[in-house]
Amino acid sequence: MRRLCDVTAGNYAVIRDLAATELLRERMLALGLTKGARVEVIRKGPSGDPTVYDIRGAMIALRREEASLVAVEE
Amino acid sequence: MGLTFQSTQSNALSDTFSIEKKEGQYVIALAGNPNTGKSTVFNVLTGLHQHTGNWPGKTVVNARGIFHYKGIENILVDLPGTYSLFASSAEEEVARDFICFGNADAVIVVTDATCLERNLNLVFQVMELTDHVVLCINLMDEARKKNIEIDGRGLEKELGIPVVLCSARNGEGMGELKEAVHKIAAKETVTRPKVVKYDEEMEDMIKNLQPVISENVKGINPRWLSLRVLDGDAKLLNSLFSDIGKEIKKDIPYKVKMASVMYEKALIRDRVSERIYERAGEIKEKYVKEGIINNLRDRKIDNVITSRIVGIPIMLIILAVVFWITITGANVPSSLLAGFLFGIEDKLTELFQYMNAPEWLHGILILGLFRTLAWVVSVMLPPMAIFFPLFTILEDLGYLPRVAFNLDHLFKKACAHGKQCLTMCMGFGCNAAGIISCRIIESPRERLIAVLTNNFVPCNGRFPTLIAISSIFLVSFGGIKSGILPALSITGLVIIGIGVTLLVSYLLSKTILKGVPSTFTLELPPYRVPRIGRVLYTSVIDRTIFVLWRAVIIAAPAGAVTWILGNIYIGDLSIISHVAYFLEPFAGLIGLDGFILMAFLLGLPANEIVLPILLMSYLSTGAMIEFDSLEALKNILMEHNWTYLTALNTMLFSLLHWPCATTLLTIKKETGSVKWTVLAAVIPTGIAILVCFITATLYRGLTFLVS
Repeated sequence: MRRLCDVTAGNYAVIRDLAATELLRERMLALGLTKGARVEVIRKGPSGDPTVYDIRGAMIALRREEASLVAVEE
Repeated sequence: MGLTFQSTQSNALSDTFSIEKKEGQYVIALAGNPNTGKSTVFNVLTGLHQHTGNWPGKTVVNARGIFHYKGIENILVDLPGTYSLFASSAEEEVARDFICFGNADAVIVVTDATCLERNLNLVFQVMELTDHVVLCINLMDEARKKNIEIDGRGLEKELGIPVVLCSARNGEGMGELKEAVHKIAAKETVTRPKVVKYDEEMEDMIKNLQPVISENVKGINPRWLSLRVLDGDAKLLNSLFSDIGKEIKKDIPYKVKMASVMYEKALIRDRVSERIYERAGEIKEKYVKEGIINNLRDRKIDNVITSRIVGIPIMLIILAVVFWITITGANVPSSLLAGFLFGIEDKLTELFQYMNAPEWLHGILILGLFRTLAWVVSVMLPPMAIFFPLFTILEDLGYLPRVAFNLDHLFKKACAHGKQCLTMCMGFGCNAAGIISCRIIESPRERLIAVLTNNFVPCNGRFPTLIAISSIFLVSFGGIKSGILPALSITGLVIIGIGVTLLVSYLLSKTILKGVPSTFTLELPPYRVPRIGRVLYTSVIDRTIFVLWRAVIIAAPAGAVTWILGNIYIGDLSIISHVAYFLEPFAGLIGLDGFILMAFLLGLPANEIVLPILLMSYLSTGAMIEFDSLEALKNILMEHNWTYLTALNTMLFSLLHWPCATTLLTIKKETGSVKWTVLAAVIPTGIAILVCFITATLYRGLTFLVS
């Protein structure tokens, strides 16, 4: 299964599963990274990290470490 | 940069747990996601001027205000902005506890019309907790610009709670909001929130628990509590039940105890979140019509502002331009003000002579107190009155989160928290405020790093010193170009400050504060056009006047004392000169002189007074020259053997040295530890001395080689 951090900018991904735990998992769910949510990968930052995602209409930046905990389908 | 009386006061996040309510008063809570304009709604309703800014985590201290409606006094409590109420962070816990156990008569949930789907998550969570909810859909003006249409009446029916569409910053819809809130608080409207229905299996579990819970626990929504028993971890349940006054070990019925340990919590929490978001999605489909150009504009701007190649250069250019405008624009008003104030000084002197006042009285009051005041006002007021509005505009535009985004990889390499960039930006206003803002960092290790390094960005108190010195020594062109070199040098200093911040953060996390950076998420809010009136108000009243006032009340007595010390002679020398000569050998070693080091020591209460004290002490030992322009200022400094090295090292020392007394007290309060407070003073001092020693040695080496 692909990870969200591997999806290149300009593409969409559908959330399958979260490997994050505790606070980060809560935060991701609160932001709307729930199963089936469609996320757009907008842009990588100046050094390739973090990356901005369009999550439920909001622009959220995640570091590679966080985005690697999100399993997706393209 | 939230430097206001509000944000520097000491109340902790959890202070506003319960509000004392008098007969005939209502308590209204204001909840919402970060960045939805909650603070603006708060300000419009109460007429208070809490500092607002377009970045998440701005409100770190709960604000409280009052508004009257239909003869009733309403106490409005601004809760911290949160994405959810599952209490995974301090802010969420405060918001949740207040809505759960605070005695609010109504809860307003402020949402962003341009991002309703995400915001509805919190709305549904609040609706599960209380029936007295009003949904305030804010930022309708922006939604219209983005071709977003929202069917408020439809939403009202679908959710079962009053819905008000508004645009707080234009005052649009505020009357309706007050009316809706009043009706809820007065129980004139009875709402039946249509809460989210979960899947059958979960509803069965809830049905099973709910009666037991309502029988045993009063005053809290049983459905909500049942849900938390099913999906909350042990820590959450313990804190919930202890708040209710029960202990899980003995007071809670067996059925609930079983349920609280039986299920795979994370899986149930996933199902809860999924279902809520599913509902939010359905509602958005039904009642929100989006045009195609939705956030194209923001993306185009971001393509440039956060681009790989030009993102960071643009940031530096913006910074340099801000300094350039400040320096160039402040020149003329500064000399006008100085001319005016020193004109008054002459008149006062004449008056004193006319009254045959003793020489010492004239010395203390006019040459000491008034002259220092005149200096502080004429040198500090114009740059601040230009710099702060510019900074506030950047803040309101939503630029700060982009800065955090651009610089995040550096903070990550320094093993620091991503939000440290935001607390650092706050430090530009005031380091004490910056340190309070470190509360937004959850991990104690990273919060300490942010606290210990906040001092390395120059605050309000130090900018005027930097601006004055660089203007004196680096204006080599006339006219419009005159500000270029000083602006570049200050930008350079800020870069050095950020570099030191990163380096010290890195060293701390490799030594006494070992650990890996914790996770974080950063929201980039939509760009918003700043409202010039409000920008001027916040920056002039909240910042300029506040900082100037603080400088004045400290500078006035300091000026008098400095004059006295400069005019009491022991042997051949004044007390000041004795101290300065004592410090001279060491100060000379790091490229300063005894007077400069003494001014920094005396400037501990507030950095603003360092330069005035320095000038006072220089003047009190030599001839009394009036300094009414930068040129005169330069002459004073040159007479005391200032070189480019002295100027550079004074600026570096100002940038890097120990925090002011207010900041140190704040660090003590926030960390609760003498050890960290001492470190917060020792680390910068050590770095300042080391850096200045290096530059002094290099400079001397080079001049030696050249000659």
